Amino acid sequence: MLIHRRRFLQVGSLASASLMLPKFLKAMEQGNFVPPGNKVLVVVQLSGGNDGLNTVVPYRNDIYYKLRPQLGIRRNDALALNDELGIHPALKTFKSLYDDGSLGVLNNVGYPNPDRSHFRSMDIWQSASDSKDYWGTGWLGRFLDAQCKGCDKPTQALEIDDTLSLALKGNDVKGLALTDPQRLYGASNDRYFRDLLAKQQHDDEHHNVDYLYKTMAETISSAGYIQQQFKTYKSKESYPNTELGKNMKTIAELIMTDINTSVYYVSHGSFDTHVGQQNQQQRLFSQLSDALAPFVADLKKNHRFEDVLVMTFSEFGRRVAQNASGGTDHGTANNMFLVGGGLKEKGILNDGPNLTDLKDGDLQFKVDFKSVYATLLKKWLGADDAAILQQSYEHLSFI
Amino acid sequence: MPVVPLQTQMQHLGWRAGFGEGLPEIRSWMKKRRKEVVRKVILGPSDAPSPIRVVDETDLPDYRRQRNMGAEERKMVQRLNTDGIKDLNVLWSHAMITSDHPLREKMALFWHGHFACRTQNVLFNQQLLDTIRRHGLGNFGTLLSEVSKSPAMLGFLNNQQNRKQRPNENFAREVMELFTLGRGNYTEKDVKESARAFTGWGYNDMGEFQFRKNVHDDGPKTILGKTGNYNGDDVINILLEQKQTAKFISGKIYRYFVHENGNEAHEHELAEKFYRSGYDLRALMEHIFMADWFYDDSIVGSRIKSPVELIVGLRRAVPMRFEQEEAMLVFQRVLGQTLFYPPNVAGWPGGRNWIDSSSLMFRLRVPQIILYSQEFNIRPKEITPEMGEGQNYKMTMQVNELLKKQYARRVNAQVDWQPYLDGFKEVKREELAESIAQSLLVRSKGIDRALLEKYSDASSRENYIKTVTIDVMSTPEYQMC
Repeated sequence: MLIHRRRFLQVGSLASASLMLPKFLKAMEQGNFVPPGNKVLVVVQLSGGNDGLNTVVPYRNDIYYKLRPQLGIRRNDALALNDELGIHPALKTFKSLYDDGSLGVLNNVGYPNPDRSHFRSMDIWQSASDSKDYWGTGWLGRFLDAQCKGCDKPTQALEIDDTLSLALKGNDVKGLALTDPQRLYGASNDRYFRDLLAKQQHDDEHHNVDYLYKTMAETISSAGYIQQQFKTYKSKESYPNTELGKNMKTIAELIMTDINTSVYYVSHGSFDTHVGQQNQQQRLFSQLSDALAPFVADLKKNHRFEDVLVMTFSEFGRRVAQNASGGTDHGTANNMFLVGGGLKEKGILNDGPNLTDLKDGDLQFKVDFKSVYATLLKKWLGADDAAILQQSYEHLSFI
Repeated sequence: MPVVPLQTQMQHLGWRAGFGEGLPEIRSWMKKRRKEVVRKVILGPSDAPSPIRVVDETDLPDYRRQRNMGAEERKMVQRLNTDGIKDLNVLWSHAMITSDHPLREKMALFWHGHFACRTQNVLFNQQLLDTIRRHGLGNFGTLLSEVSKSPAMLGFLNNQQNRKQRPNENFAREVMELFTLGRGNYTEKDVKESARAFTGWGYNDMGEFQFRKNVHDDGPKTILGKTGNYNGDDVINILLEQKQTAKFISGKIYRYFVHENGNEAHEHELAEKFYRSGYDLRALMEHIFMADWFYDDSIVGSRIKSPVELIVGLRRAVPMRFEQEEAMLVFQRVLGQTLFYPPNVAGWPGGRNWIDSSSLMFRLRVPQIILYSQEFNIRPKEITPEMGEGQNYKMTMQVNELLKKQYARRVNAQVDWQPYLDGFKEVKREELAESIAQSLLVRSKGIDRALLEKYSDASSRENYIKTVTIDVMSTPEYQMC
């Protein structure tokens, strides 16, 4: 039954892709064609400012150990990636993904004139604005604006949370936040609300009331749709009983259905390790690693790993030097992980951090995060990145 | 220009100039002339509101010592600040709920977004709140100057680091971009030169404004075409001389208090008047509330309530006490507007930005969450036979559970229905539903009478009023004002 349904979906996607036949044939030649509608992006937000230097560790660098006499990850503890860089010992899954050719590490990602405030810098990352601008919409929200004007079900982007992040808010279309499809369905499937909707009188002069009713109708219909899809696949993998574990399971189970979602958004934290960083980061990384392992296994078993790309980011990295409380303070440039079976370039994608070229004790960024977004929007999600980001950024070649 | 019926006009005024008014108040306004209502009731006396204070300067540890504090003491201070800001939030919300002159609180709420600021220091927050409440309906020049000299803003916008040898432009830029002129009405050079003029503005260890002469750059500067050895006060005066400042502020007020889309003709009228009056906010607001266009059909009921307006309005309509007043913060958080924590220096974007699937569904459930959480004689309607499986209640409990889990407390509201019920004493039974809907909604044409009947508890007049009220409050229309 499930197989049948999936086949049906693929036929549908191919049929609609036939308009762009030349491109489609070209993709077929390359031998890894997947209908563009099936590509999925999973954004994992590491909230609080994750310390990138103890994530991807420059374990042959004397400056690193000099500035972090207690906090530095010892050379023997780090899981070696290459001669210069190792990965935090708790990120075992990432190490095996690296060995497997399914991990990309992008170093020195940031933006000009970095802001050290959590909420401001998170704003900048989520909205993709310059640090001097204040935008009320997010980069994925504007992706929704561009992709689904007039979509009947705004389920193209889901956040696994109780409330919706700025990243998923567009001008006209917004993503949907849920922690549990069943609960969302229960909440919206209220007879009073349904009746209210049925009796609603259109009132054209007051667009805002219409907007509320439209949002309400979409929520009710989306909740039903998600619930219906969600029922069709139950994972056999065993996910850890952590919040992130549960959320990754929900995402995996949704990915394996025929749902039209192309973006999932989930947060993990808090990485704000001013004090006692070692234990806190160790714990959070273990949770991340343990949640990702069954997720990847799930995708592989279902032959979906090539179509799914996981991206991690944090609002900033931390200062190079440790502080006096066994932690680190707010810094600037940071690394990002890219995980998936469809990576064109794997492993360490660019030079590691340059600890001899600091600015006021902070790493200098080399890659604008908006370039990463532009790449994902254009090459993975097939969208007009320049319109969504309101500027053209260089495309990277990892996909 | 279609003007709405008188009762709707007064309800509209009550909402835009405050947080909504109950039926008895609206009825009393209807008997007066508009001028009288606006001048005496809405604008009210011009003396300062009583300050909201949660800390005394002496309650706080000596700031000079803060650097040398141990971990324990530092933690204690942090806690003092966090709890204090919570208390400020609760007390200010209460002022909004109970005020006899809600316009003052409404203006303060507007300025709280306009002069958006985040600081972890409770005293600084308290000072800034006091400033926007005292001058929110006074003179804009005074307000601007006081806000600009507040430790909260000086700290938030890094003017403490703005020194002659190493100017920091953040403060000067935001004063121009966000507080006065708006983007595109000044040059980068103006920002640089103004930053030089603001060098030396800071605050001392006691949380008082301080001009540090030794780090001030007293050389000549050219700002917006004028040249002189300017200081910070001069910059503020130069900015106030610019008609663009009057235009920018009155335009923002128009879009907040009248219509989010703006109106060129009306805004022009306001800007001229505002500038000529020397930035008199009271006169500006009076002009708005007196204008016929303010009561136009296209304006009334077109605004989406902010989360604070929604919750305050609900509690103003039906008096209640929360067992744990911090529950207010939970609602604010879930709905996306926590007082003292604006998203960024640009404040809350408002309008449709408040609404997404989850926030809307939660908004629609707020009246149930609050009013069913502890109820004497209303049974949650879900378990009455016509409602079926009781999902409603379950969801309410689930949300409660969620909040409890997250914040370890539950919304137990002691609701005082009596004053609200009294408002409907004279209303005939068959006219009740309509009367309730009309009084709660600025525009009521959307709610179906039969629907309200279907979901009401008709076992007693009291229960009927309560259930209809909760259901009317659980509609998209109630989100509007």
